[in-house]
Amino acid sequence: MLKISDLVVSYGGIEALKGISVDVPDGQIVTLIGANGAGKSTLLRSIIGLVKIQSGSISYNDQTINGLNSQKIVQTGITLVPEGRRVFPNLTVLENLQIGAYMRNDSEGIQQDIEKIYKLFPRLEERHWQMAGTLSGGEQQMLAVGRALMCKPKLLMMDEPSLGLAPLIIKDIFSIIQKINKQGVTILLIEQNANMALKIADKAYVLETGRISMEGTGAELLENPEIKAAYLGKKKHK
Amino acid sequence: MQMELFQAIANMSGANFAQHLVNGISLGSLYALIAIGYTMVYGILLMINFAHGDIVMMACYFAFFGITIFHIPWYITFVGVIIATALLGAIIERTAYRPLRDAPKNSVLISAIGASFLLENLANYLFSGRPMRFPNIPLLSQNISFGSVQIQAISFVIPVITILSLVVLLHIVNHTKIGMAMRAVSKDYEIARVMGVNIDNVISTTFIIGSALAAIGAFMWGVKYPGITPMLGVMPGLKCFIAAVIGGIGNIKGAVIGGFILGLGEIMIVAFFPQLSGYRDAFAFILLIIILFYKPTGLLGEKITEKV
Ligand SMILES: Nc1ncnc2c1ncn2[C@@H]1O[C@H](COP(=O)(O)OP(=O)(O)OP(=O)(O)O)[C@@H](O)[C@H]1O
Ligand SMILES: [Mg+2]
Repeated sequence: MLKISDLVVSYGGIEALKGISVDVPDGQIVTLIGANGAGKSTLLRSIIGLVKIQSGSISYNDQTINGLNSQKIVQTGITLVPEGRRVFPNLTVLENLQIGAYMRNDSEGIQQDIEKIYKLFPRLEERHWQMAGTLSGGEQQMLAVGRALMCKPKLLMMDEPSLGLAPLIIKDIFSIIQKINKQGVTILLIEQNANMALKIADKAYVLETGRISMEGTGAELLENPEIKAAYLGKKKHK
Repeated sequence: MQMELFQAIANMSGANFAQHLVNGISLGSLYALIAIGYTMVYGILLMINFAHGDIVMMACYFAFFGITIFHIPWYITFVGVIIATALLGAIIERTAYRPLRDAPKNSVLISAIGASFLLENLANYLFSGRPMRFPNIPLLSQNISFGSVQIQAISFVIPVITILSLVVLLHIVNHTKIGMAMRAVSKDYEIARVMGVNIDNVISTTFIIGSALAAIGAFMWGVKYPGITPMLGVMPGLKCFIAAVIGGIGNIKGAVIGGFILGLGEIMIVAFFPQLSGYRDAFAFILLIIILFYKPTGLLGEKITEKV
């Protein structure tokens, strides 16, 4: 499991994370909600090694991973579906999936996994030859998820997968997240869409300007009046 | 001016025109081979490798040493020059650019200019500033007669070798794993890293490929224009950089097209307006200004989109 203790990350002297501790137990869906600028993406980026941490520690299966480069961290079985999808626009859909398997050498296994991804997202198979930059936003999100799955992750981190998608597609994405989780992949999900995220989460954290302000099971937070006012109520006004 | 042009065309026989065409295509091929190195490095590192022209120069000296000094057969030397030059490119990247990976762009540019001066002065020190003659390879430099005109064999060899090199290059870039990684890194190196791509390896490979192509160009350049000096790479380097910009920097096909436009244009201007031949080198710069005025991103350049 992933264990984050007293993590501090700062950008040029300004602390974006002010000492947070988060546990992600194996096999669970853990979600982290919080307002814009709370530091959610910063947390995921520091786990995957894209930003240096200032203090604290990140360990995965009892191995300290902070300080390792991204390549090594990904080798431990962690991957990221980044904020804003960030598929490679100049690569085809198929190539985006292949590059997700960059560190694997079992071409047969890779081929089988591509077929599996196509079953999960038939739309990607139809468009496998297309440049990813020309996909619709929803299709790009599917591709970003599919690409991440190609490295056979044990821990899949997702940064706002529902951002900018139509409600129907959001529902699809969430049911697929659950499906992936049932296949044994641990999920760390970041969401603005608190309602949906809390509903599927085993465990949830609320991040407020760099600090964890609340934690509990998804169901607990869903019923919490403060959360209702701050995160769930807000959604209704949208 | 127009009258003169008609006059020039009228005076030019078909054979003469064919001769200029062949020369233009072969010069364009050489420009294209060298321009690719600029464009590939820019595509990945967003920097101009000012030392690239000097890599061309070093390749010519490598050939000189291989053939003239050590009497190695030219075709073996040719392969050796490609390997040595590719290595030199990788070493320059390793020592001058990699330590500055996280430094501001300006520092890297200054380091590139430094690398360029270092190579020029090193060549001056090691090989003296006295011009040397690129080894004569009779098979390639012999003249072939077509009626009244004579064309050097190398002028036919250059486009063929260039096309072969381009086929190999496009295969690597479009159909291999490392090529896929190169394309991915050029768009989003952070996420490429998250996919487990080793960015440093990809960048080294880019320099190796660009320098190898420059070596192929340099060798053939030497056969066609046999004077070697430590400053030999400066003008071709500048023109090939312009070719890359004209085609749309970062775009390989653009660099090839830019190279051919420059090479053909230069030769044709001299052919049709002999009185302008003194301005031959200005042609590249004038063309650059005109093209950038109408299409700031170059002929095949994409719109520069801001990264998220
Ligand atoms: N590269 C950076 N340089 C400087 N400051 C940064 C950088 N990246 C993030 N920040 C700052 O750190 C804070 C947290 O940013 P982060 O992207 O983690 O927020 P977030 O919770 O993901 O927000 P959102 O929901 O809008 O994506 C913000 O105040 C942001 O301005
Ligand atoms: Mg974010």
